[in-house]
Amino acid sequence: MLRPWMRCSKNWRAMWNNFKSKFLGTNFKRFMGFVKKEFYHIFRDKRSMFILFGMPIAQILLFGFAITNEIKNVNIGILDKSKDSETIHITNRISSSPYFKIKNIVSSEQQIEAIFKKGQVKAVLVFEKDFGKNLKSTNLANVQIISDATDPNTANTVTNYIQSILQDYQREINLGIPGREPIEVRSRMFYNPELKGVFNFLPGVMTVILMLVSAMMTSISIAREKEQGTMEVLLVSPLKPLQVIIGKVFPYIFLSIINAIVILLLGFVVFGMPVQGSYFLLALETVLFILCALSLGILISIISKTQQTAMMISLMGLMLPIILLSGFIFPVSSMPWPLQAISNIIPAKWYNLILKGVMIKGVGLRFLWKETLILLGMTVFFIVLSIKKYKIRLE
Amino acid sequence: MKETEKVIVVNDLTKKFGSFTAVDQISFETRKGEIFGFLGANGAGKTTAMKMLIGISKPTSGEAIVNGFDVKTQPEKVKKTIGYMSQKFSMYDDLNIMENITFFGGIYGLSRKEIKERGEAVIEKLGLREVAKKQVGSLPLGWKQKLAFSVALLHEPKVVFLDEPTGGVDPITRRQFWEMIYAEADKGTTIFVTTHYMDEAEYCNRVSIMVEGKIEALDSPKNLKKQFDASSMDEVFQKLARNVE
Repeated sequence: MLRPWMRCSKNWRAMWNNFKSKFLGTNFKRFMGFVKKEFYHIFRDKRSMFILFGMPIAQILLFGFAITNEIKNVNIGILDKSKDSETIHITNRISSSPYFKIKNIVSSEQQIEAIFKKGQVKAVLVFEKDFGKNLKSTNLANVQIISDATDPNTANTVTNYIQSILQDYQREINLGIPGREPIEVRSRMFYNPELKGVFNFLPGVMTVILMLVSAMMTSISIAREKEQGTMEVLLVSPLKPLQVIIGKVFPYIFLSIINAIVILLLGFVVFGMPVQGSYFLLALETVLFILCALSLGILISIISKTQQTAMMISLMGLMLPIILLSGFIFPVSSMPWPLQAISNIIPAKWYNLILKGVMIKGVGLRFLWKETLILLGMTVFFIVLSIKKYKIRLE
Repeated sequence: MKETEKVIVVNDLTKKFGSFTAVDQISFETRKGEIFGFLGANGAGKTTAMKMLIGISKPTSGEAIVNGFDVKTQPEKVKKTIGYMSQKFSMYDDLNIMENITFFGGIYGLSRKEIKERGEAVIEKLGLREVAKKQVGSLPLGWKQKLAFSVALLHEPKVVFLDEPTGGVDPITRRQFWEMIYAEADKGTTIFVTTHYMDEAEYCNRVSIMVEGKIEALDSPKNLKKQFDASSMDEVFQKLARNVE
């Protein structure tokens, strides 16, 4: 007796018809109907639309323009007690750099605090009396930098920048004089020579957005069907539970991919962030991360009964750890070890590493296989766990 | 058309959750075109029993045959031939009437033509023409329930399961709803309905009353009243419940 598949293979036409009715026929039509319905939900809900399309663009522009560690046109003050050719030369150098603008020339120490309090300047440079003379006679002159450390990061950066301008000047005047050439430090910043902040935040924002769209939106939309009782109707229908889940998840895969493309385009067009590595690899890894986030979203929706719960779990359990522990804002290497250990179980951390590797360093799978395997393992783990939990529910 | 055609056959159907027996060896049969009332207090095991019959919960033991298919081994086939409507309004609030009909018709595998014809018929019958393009969420509950019932019948199932279909609906709409049920039963559809309203129990052809996982009474309302020496179904229900305490 022939088995069904053997009989099939005897007649290609029959097989094709079989394929058509199985995958493109009723089932495919059902699936498309499902997807269409899901898009109605998304496009008719203002909140979803905002999270899907407003948020990524707003975040990228915000991080790009407002929240940045780079300094530009910082107001500083000068207290010049010497007023000789040397101090004027240095002052000119500072004011001609793009980082600083000389806003106040003060004449006494008392005035310094006053202009700090008014918030007019971020730092004041103080030249001692007879600065030029001391420099020539003893080769030792004092200059003081006073910073407003209300904002410690800016204070630090401003101080460093002024210091490096002074060091450059010192090196120039010592040039050619034997015995007066100290160790010369020449640093080069690999992969991001201009130290652009966008190189750091763009992969971070992309990670956060993809997680948000895939995990939170999916879990909320599945929880909504449960809450409204429509999930029950779907489960009583001839659709298989797996078809229901795939139908719910598919639109979000699609929208996540569009989001990723929008973010990359914005990064490239507005902030000039290129992709050094392979686009193909970037796309594959992104799809992997989206699947990982979706499986997490499914897991969350299985354990939560209402949209509220799903949202709380997504925000507290996913968004906070991602923002704090994935290395997006705070470097993982400077965290205490318990937090470093926790950061290892966050999928976003690995995706963030992969993104930075592919986009900035331009490396391939040969260097990223570990991160990729971990992400793949996590995805499989979440899917298996979801199926198990789901079965228990159905019993 | 045989008058005695069996649509649901249940034999010693049992469901256990750990050591707790939610449904304890229930047996009954329903006929074609019958309105079968499935009554019981909250927690008596009605919902669990119904979930097994509609193929979303596996029986621990015993068997249930719906439309000739075993719920244990052929739940997918059972699902194709039944309709279901729950106490929660079970359509999508943000879709309009025709979109809902298209979606639910689609998942039951109806063709585009069938969906269009049957959908138009439903809208016409319920007098919803003017609100057909409105999102369903904005309709009054009574209309929604009638619509949900019609959608549950869209694929012309042989049995339809109604889980407390008239909860929270005003008396006039409830009456209209029951008229729809009668009309459908006359066409030969079996109606399996759970309810908390004892006056609705009087409308059923036969009623079963579940107490603590077991079917304690099963007959026509008239015979049950005679058997328990009661003047209404409410009294029958009270007497049964009191016996247990």
